[in-house]
Amino acid sequence: MYAFTYERPKNVDEAVKLLKKAKDGKILAGGQTLLPAMKLRLASPDTIVDLSRVKGLSGIKASSKAVTIGALTKHIEVMGSAEVQKSIPALAHLASLIGDPAVRNRGTIGGSLANNDPSADYPAAALGLGATIKTNKRELPADKFFKGLFETALAGDEIIESVSFPVPEKAGYEKFPNPASRFALVGVFVSKSKDGVRVAVTGAGEGGVFRVKEMETALAKDFSAKAIEGIKVPAKNMIADIHGTAEYRAHLIGVMARRAVAAAK
Amino acid sequence: MSATGIGAAVRRKEDQRFITGTANYTSDISRPGEVRAWFVRSPHAHATIKKIDTKAAEKMPGVVAVLTGADLANDKIGGLICGWAITSKDGSPMKMGAHPAIAADKVRCVGDQVAVVLAETLNQARDAAEKVKVDYAVLPSVVDPAKATAKGAPQIHDVAPNNQIYDWHIGDKNATDAAFASAKHVTKLEIVNNRLVPNAIEPRAAIAEYDQGNDALTLWNTSQNPHVARLVISAFIGMAPEHKLRVIAPDVGGGFGSKIFIYPEEVVALWAARRVKRPVKWVSDRSEAFLTDAHGRDHVTHAELALDADGKITGLRVRTIANLGAYMSTFSSSVPTYLYATLLSGQYAIPNIYAEVEAVYTNTAPVDAYRGAGRPEATFVVERLVEVAARELGIDPAELRRKNFVKSFPHQTPVIMAYDAGDYDASLTKAMEMVDYRNFGKRKAESERKGKLRGIGFSTYIEACGIAPSQAVGSLGAGVGLWESAEVRVNPTGSVEILTGSHSHGQGHETTFAQLVSERLGVPIETVSVVHGDTDKVQFGMGTYGSRSGAVGMSAISKALDKIEDKAKKVAGYMMEASADDIEFKDGKFTVKGTDKSVGWGDVTLNAYVAHKFTGGQLEPGLKEGAFYDPTNFTFPAGCHIAEVEIDPETGKTTIANWVAVDDFGVIINPMIVEGQVHGGIAQGVGQALLEGASYNADGQLITGSFMDYAMPRAGDLPSFKVDTTMTKCPSNPLGIKGCGEAGAIASPAALINAITNAVGHENVPMPATPGTVWKAAQRAVMKKAAE
Repeated sequence: MYAFTYERPKNVDEAVKLLKKAKDGKILAGGQTLLPAMKLRLASPDTIVDLSRVKGLSGIKASSKAVTIGALTKHIEVMGSAEVQKSIPALAHLASLIGDPAVRNRGTIGGSLANNDPSADYPAAALGLGATIKTNKRELPADKFFKGLFETALAGDEIIESVSFPVPEKAGYEKFPNPASRFALVGVFVSKSKDGVRVAVTGAGEGGVFRVKEMETALAKDFSAKAIEGIKVPAKNMIADIHGTAEYRAHLIGVMARRAVAAAK
Repeated sequence: MSATGIGAAVRRKEDQRFITGTANYTSDISRPGEVRAWFVRSPHAHATIKKIDTKAAEKMPGVVAVLTGADLANDKIGGLICGWAITSKDGSPMKMGAHPAIAADKVRCVGDQVAVVLAETLNQARDAAEKVKVDYAVLPSVVDPAKATAKGAPQIHDVAPNNQIYDWHIGDKNATDAAFASAKHVTKLEIVNNRLVPNAIEPRAAIAEYDQGNDALTLWNTSQNPHVARLVISAFIGMAPEHKLRVIAPDVGGGFGSKIFIYPEEVVALWAARRVKRPVKWVSDRSEAFLTDAHGRDHVTHAELALDADGKITGLRVRTIANLGAYMSTFSSSVPTYLYATLLSGQYAIPNIYAEVEAVYTNTAPVDAYRGAGRPEATFVVERLVEVAARELGIDPAELRRKNFVKSFPHQTPVIMAYDAGDYDASLTKAMEMVDYRNFGKRKAESERKGKLRGIGFSTYIEACGIAPSQAVGSLGAGVGLWESAEVRVNPTGSVEILTGSHSHGQGHETTFAQLVSERLGVPIETVSVVHGDTDKVQFGMGTYGSRSGAVGMSAISKALDKIEDKAKKVAGYMMEASADDIEFKDGKFTVKGTDKSVGWGDVTLNAYVAHKFTGGQLEPGLKEGAFYDPTNFTFPAGCHIAEVEIDPETGKTTIANWVAVDDFGVIINPMIVEGQVHGGIAQGVGQALLEGASYNADGQLITGSFMDYAMPRAGDLPSFKVDTTMTKCPSNPLGIKGCGEAGAIASPAALINAITNAVGHENVPMPATPGTVWKAAQRAVMKKAAE
């Protein structure tokens, strides 16, 4: 690890000021990606702005319409929340599949979304439910938030405060984990609500999380696993690595989507 | 059986300190005034070093010294060596390229060390290391052993044209070819035994300290055999005379073979400590461990099995290319030869065997012994061939095995080994009962109803352990003898210290060795301590690997205990005014035969030291005896593992539904520890078969350089194993022990791949059988079926 300046602001405004002042400042939420990268000397921020003392960024609020989760809320809290389990059980299920207990006890939803790892789980939920990401500057719909590998619409001094997930009629998430990292080799989040059907895929796309419109159209007519049986996602633009070929990932999207639909509740 | 004697499942004495974090590992040790070392490593797989500029690094804060290969050469520190000479078919010696502890003019793999930075703190050393400027001229590289000897492949060591280290063979070629010419059926397989990264939980580490007053060096390191390390570093590398070098291997957190070898970093630490006259501490991080620990396996094999009309095996023919990496590690040459091809007869009476092994250099990390070392590769070849032959011939795989089992002992194979005892029918029969083989069809039908594929696979393995008779290994090229030593020191109060040349790095010697003493002397294990791993305390010993500590190490202790018993009887004789011949010793009590006169263990030990009852002329005071034990044969643990899997054909995910292991380890000292060894071994074998595979890209970069890409087996990947044993005593050592440390890793990959190929109906499933590969194989089978 290289030397850096450690800051622990008390509120978002102070955090923004510190970020602006830094040459290469980084926000520390759960640190599950940033800290390993720093330890390996792959990341060398001059300033770390630790949000852990910022009040109001953590916690879960649920209404009949939406579940709003503070950016610093840990995976373990989402996984164990009675409100999330009741309103959007697929979201609690997704949180339970992230990493391992150590990761779930430190990692945060805001950190995961801001990092936008192409194999992370939360981007699938955000896109698959049509979530709204609230920052210190604006509210961003998930469809406009994810911009490719590890890239989002967030500006350098923009901080996620909370994420609001509309409560769907039904939703499901199925994940095929990478045997080494336990990230998603392919993860598919499906939801059905009055606004329509969403199918979001993580782990597979070279450009990160994406929607499968053909499946959404078919499911809008008939929300059943059978309805998407014949739909083949092309292998083009799929990630290919030692863990799986592009063809295999494309194939798994179909399998995981059908299972997610079947399991949706 | 005493409560803590042989056969008792007592809890491990050493676990208290391991579990409570009070163990003493090398990296826990700090020496006053120590500096931290960090190595500058090559980012290239193959390059010449044009220039190294250390000036900027030397000016960095806290830097004590920056040393290079040129400095090492100036100080005349020798290179690392491989200690087992292999002779090629044509009579030429193996081609061992130089292996300087710091590369001087050329790097041959990513991670090759090109300089070392010594600084006050680790972070300062790392910061400065980034300022060392190395000017490389990058050369083309080769990582695939099958391509290493191709025309035009990059030349890695000048002494080894076409990167060939040796082209060795064993067995009778003509007789084997004749067997194939007259065979009724021939089964052929192309096999890749995947490269593995050992990944002991404790990374390697070394601390070196120079005592200027005595001109002596001390090395604390993560070693499975500190005396061998001292011998090599002294006699071959020329660091210091043997008596001026002390090597201490304290608690060591797992070795699996990877800590047998002498590594560059410990050599550099010693040299640097003497140069800067301060202790030097180096601790590998996990990334370095992936790059620089000696890897395991990495064979490419073409194998053929010849059978007659009755399903009797008449011949086995094997050609293997073994990847030894960029340098020959300490025992690398022996692994794909005498530890591999000599086991190709498996549990079977095969009249003709011929094996050729070509060892090659590539631009990858060195490859050496890893749990099983050669024997897992041999078992995989034999057990895959037999299983596939059975399928091709439509014979039940268990029956084909039974038909070909060695049934009478001793049995001389055509590839050196003389099996001394075993009952292969017994372990197969027991395993089949335990797995409920008869009802496998029902379970398969049930899986199919759920849309799943189910398969079952056998592995009736054999290994040669208790390594090894010194004369035999000497005649095969070993540079050392493979006996073991022990000293038993009985204290005046009756407590016992065992000084052993074996080294425990997870095996539980502090418990099992104490159990042997408890059995023999009738003392509780709490009063026995086991001293090991320090060349200043313990007499020369050969260390722990090849499942040898029980069969060889404990046999040496047993021999020393014989002498202790004899001497103690003499002491008791003086005490009770009887002849030593009339003294009986049982359960810690000495009795004069046919009388009620007796004295206890503690009385005798005290008398041995106060020596009031005998004069020195009659009997020397004290109670301390030593012994060296050289085995007369290898031991031959064997058994049967059966794996049953359920596969999701849609995803290719393999779930292990059932695992049965029935092993014959001879006499067992502690069944709980043995069971633990079997569990751990299977976990490593499952890792190899399903999850693990070191992968380099064409440029020689290690793609699987962290746990994010290198999949280690976890508890959730494994079923509850059903483990049992059968027993035939090992006739070649006094305790009847065969050894159990490697069996699980040797047996399990073949069982698992046999089960998977059985389930998917397709033989082409390489290791690791990742979901993607299994899915593809299942698809092929579906398409084949559809085409039919």
